Amino acid sequence: MLLVEQFPVLIVTVGVFLAYTILLAGWVNKKLPFYLCFATISAQLVMAIFILRHVLTVGVIHYWLGGWRPPWGIEYVMDALNGYVLVVLLFLSLMCVLYSKRSILHKIEERKVVTFYTIYQLMVSGLCGVVVTGDVFNMYVLFEVASLTSYALVASAGGKALKASFNYLVLGSIGICIYLLGVGFLYSVTGTLNMGDLRILLPPLYGNRMVQAAFAFILAGFGIKMALFPFHTWLPDAHAYAPAEISAMLSGIIIEVGTYAFLRISFSVFTVEFLKQLPIFEVISWLAAVAMIYGSVLAIAQYNLKRMLAYSSVANMGYIMLAVGLSTSTHSALWGGLTPALMHILNHTLMKACMFLAAGAFIYKFDLWDIADFRGLGRKMPYTCAAFTLAAVSMIGVPPSVGFVSKLYIILAALDAGKFMFVAVMLLSTLLNLVYFWRVIEMLYMRREEGEESHSSSSKDEIPLSMLIPILTLASLCIIVGILWLTEIPLPILDQVNALFGLGVYATP
Amino acid sequence: MIESIRPLLAILCPALGALLIVLFGKRPNIRESWTMLASVLQFLIIISMVPIITGGEVIKCTFFTAFPGVDFGFEVDAFGLIFAITSSFLWILVSSYSIGYMRSLHEHAQTRYYFCFAFAIFGAIGVALSGNLLTMFVFYEILTVSTYPLVAHDQTPEALFAGRKYLAYLLTSGCFFLAAVVLTYHFVGTTDFENGGILTVASASRSALMALFMLFLLGFMKAAWMPFHSWLPTAMAAPTPVSALLHAVAVVKAGVFGIVRVVCYVYGIDLMSELGLGIILASLAAVTMIVASLFAIAQDNLKRRLAYSTISQLSYIIFGVALLDPMGITGAMIHIPFHGFMKITLFMCAGSIMVATGKKNISEMAGIGRTMPVTMFAFTVGALGMCGAPPACGFISKWFLCRGTVEAGELMLLAVILISSLLDVVYFFPIIYTAFFGKREGTESSLNGGKPKIKESSMFMIVPIAITAIFSIIFCFPNPLTDVILNLAGIAVGNLGGV
Repeated sequence: MLLVEQFPVLIVTVGVFLAYTILLAGWVNKKLPFYLCFATISAQLVMAIFILRHVLTVGVIHYWLGGWRPPWGIEYVMDALNGYVLVVLLFLSLMCVLYSKRSILHKIEERKVVTFYTIYQLMVSGLCGVVVTGDVFNMYVLFEVASLTSYALVASAGGKALKASFNYLVLGSIGICIYLLGVGFLYSVTGTLNMGDLRILLPPLYGNRMVQAAFAFILAGFGIKMALFPFHTWLPDAHAYAPAEISAMLSGIIIEVGTYAFLRISFSVFTVEFLKQLPIFEVISWLAAVAMIYGSVLAIAQYNLKRMLAYSSVANMGYIMLAVGLSTSTHSALWGGLTPALMHILNHTLMKACMFLAAGAFIYKFDLWDIADFRGLGRKMPYTCAAFTLAAVSMIGVPPSVGFVSKLYIILAALDAGKFMFVAVMLLSTLLNLVYFWRVIEMLYMRREEGEESHSSSSKDEIPLSMLIPILTLASLCIIVGILWLTEIPLPILDQVNALFGLGVYATP
Repeated sequence: MIESIRPLLAILCPALGALLIVLFGKRPNIRESWTMLASVLQFLIIISMVPIITGGEVIKCTFFTAFPGVDFGFEVDAFGLIFAITSSFLWILVSSYSIGYMRSLHEHAQTRYYFCFAFAIFGAIGVALSGNLLTMFVFYEILTVSTYPLVAHDQTPEALFAGRKYLAYLLTSGCFFLAAVVLTYHFVGTTDFENGGILTVASASRSALMALFMLFLLGFMKAAWMPFHSWLPTAMAAPTPVSALLHAVAVVKAGVFGIVRVVCYVYGIDLMSELGLGIILASLAAVTMIVASLFAIAQDNLKRRLAYSTISQLSYIIFGVALLDPMGITGAMIHIPFHGFMKITLFMCAGSIMVATGKKNISEMAGIGRTMPVTMFAFTVGALGMCGAPPACGFISKWFLCRGTVEAGELMLLAVILISSLLDVVYFFPIIYTAFFGKREGTESSLNGGKPKIKESSMFMIVPIAITAIFSIIFCFPNPLTDVILNLAGIAVGNLGGV
């Protein structure tokens, strides 16, 4: 067995093990937790990249935990879909941990920093586990690990965050319970929990009400996790009051992991044939379209930047789910299948994380939360503001940024599926994006500070380098990745996903 | 067809220039020399492509394939080159003018200004040289976004409002443009500009093609056709060099350029006439020509009057191409550079007056021709051109347009041109009359009875004004320069085929 085939389990176990090591190390030296956490996540990222390469060149990795053969034992399966999501997840985690080095001291007391990194490391490992596992019950367990830790991290900011975290906890727990209910239904009709096994056993049972109900439960459960309209109510508060790096993680990857889990169940446990029997994806597309408009309209109504970004996340989950909803009815080699959805997962991660981190920088430096207070920040914090502007312009969809590519691919997919209505919704949503993002950009650069002469330049006052690097990296990637998408270099990864699930060009007519 | 990286080099000039401008933001003299250097270099590169194009070749420069059938890249043909030459040449002059203007007024945020200006030119030249709709869209959007900080430059509530309105109009129109591009690709699997068009009657149903054309028109709101013109007068809140280059040449011309591209190279003349779209477009343009001129008469603010004049003149170009006949299209194509030169003269004069005297309204300008003879003389040349009177070059393009209407057999449309020209006279001559013959109330010059003191603005500004005014006259007479432009237009029209 090659070393790289051990990586799926190592990513999770090393992460969990190191989480407790961090706790112990914190007694020795207060600075150690950050470095340990940073090193662990870097190692995990390297492993994830190796896995992705292996999956693309050699093929799917199956790892049997403890050597127990599935369906009795737990199996970890790595294919192109989770290889891709894993890299995105760990990349963002690395950026956020780097950012947290200085910023977290601003949010929580020094003695709590050790527990912060412990929980953070646990959360990242839990998320990795959700992504690598090939077992529906194991997915539940690891989802709980990731969720419980994220409730704690949201609450770590204190004050209003406590209420937001409680709200998130209640809804998140309900969601995951409903998912478990669905898993129970599946187990009761098939007697197995392994995804590959379920895929073999389920097809004759597609007409079974029990199976259909199970799917509905799973959809609703993950719907809450990924804040799909109308299950998004926990999201705005949690995103707004959490520490910046946690907001970035929540918006940038945690809700996307919910999407991943939904895709995994929909396509690996169930199949396209099942999905086509019922108008499931039709309903999802329409919900997504409503989410896009609703999220954007509410974002316009916000005066707090982080809440605005949170509502924008609701809208962006709409983009992703619209692309998912269209995936079974598109047949192009380029924008068919899951390509636009997976593309936007990465794109949204880059843009939104960049903006949340920048919003955190404004709070860190000047304790500014409201957009109306941002007058003249463009002079004081030129790099942060430039990064924010780049990400916001990308969100509006100005070419050649990532936002433009997403928009283009989703529109092409909608046309391919013959749904002209969604093209109009996409364009309308772009305009709404323009309204709320431009307001911020105008405030940063164009509004004069009151009672100040136009010529007097306020002195520069930038955030520390360890916070600036993640922000600038993400911002520059917004453009670089956009151009890469346009050149189609990374598309083979997504193409493999479509091949795996029989979508896009691989669909059987 | 020739493969060459010259188009890439041409658009890299302003992009690199913009970068260097930011790096040297603290040292104004070096910063401004980068602007000048980038503009001159760009012009030379673009000019170097002229012999190849007049030799009947097309220059191609492809970077990568974005979708099957859509290469992201440039393709320089005669028509694109006309626009590119105009924009890049005028950029040199306006750069010099900007230096004078911005320094005389001690404007703030000059680094941002020069940076965005260079980026806007990057967008405009990109639009001119792009080889397909997708590439064009990319640069079109870059042009929109990069001009926003220029429009809102003053940062007064009025300027901010103008900026918002600008973005609201132009990015909305960008959405329509994107929808149109994607639909075109959906119908025919390519978005390349081809002589004779890529769409055919078989591509989609008639009503779909008509609807698509409407989407394209809405996408080109930069052409400021009525009733979607009101962003342009509002955008006059920008500093005058911006109004001069961007709102008389680069931005608005990118809009009409796009319309010409769509009519001639995406739909093709045959399809246009088959669908009866030519007459629709012509009536739209005709209405804009007349109504905008009427609006212009009512303006007292000089820049706003010029803005309405621009709206009216842009529609001449749309009008020419809507005639769907060789003369009309030639007229439209040569009106792009000619109008550019004349209108930029007028705007620079308006700015020069503002810098020297602080006056913005026409009613305050009595007797200004005596204190600022060079400026007002140049203004007169530009105004003559707008009215289509020789010896300014507006005469040539109007001549072609008139012949176009006659050859298309649309005498009603000929009448429209003539009425519109008459209206041009109505709103331009009062300005000239006031400037030269108007009496100032209680001024010292009349009391002294002596000669008024000449008080022109800085040489950085006067020289470009004089140059564009001289060019406006030169273009009216046969000479190598005029030949180049007429030649290019001739090649472009000759290649269209089916005309």
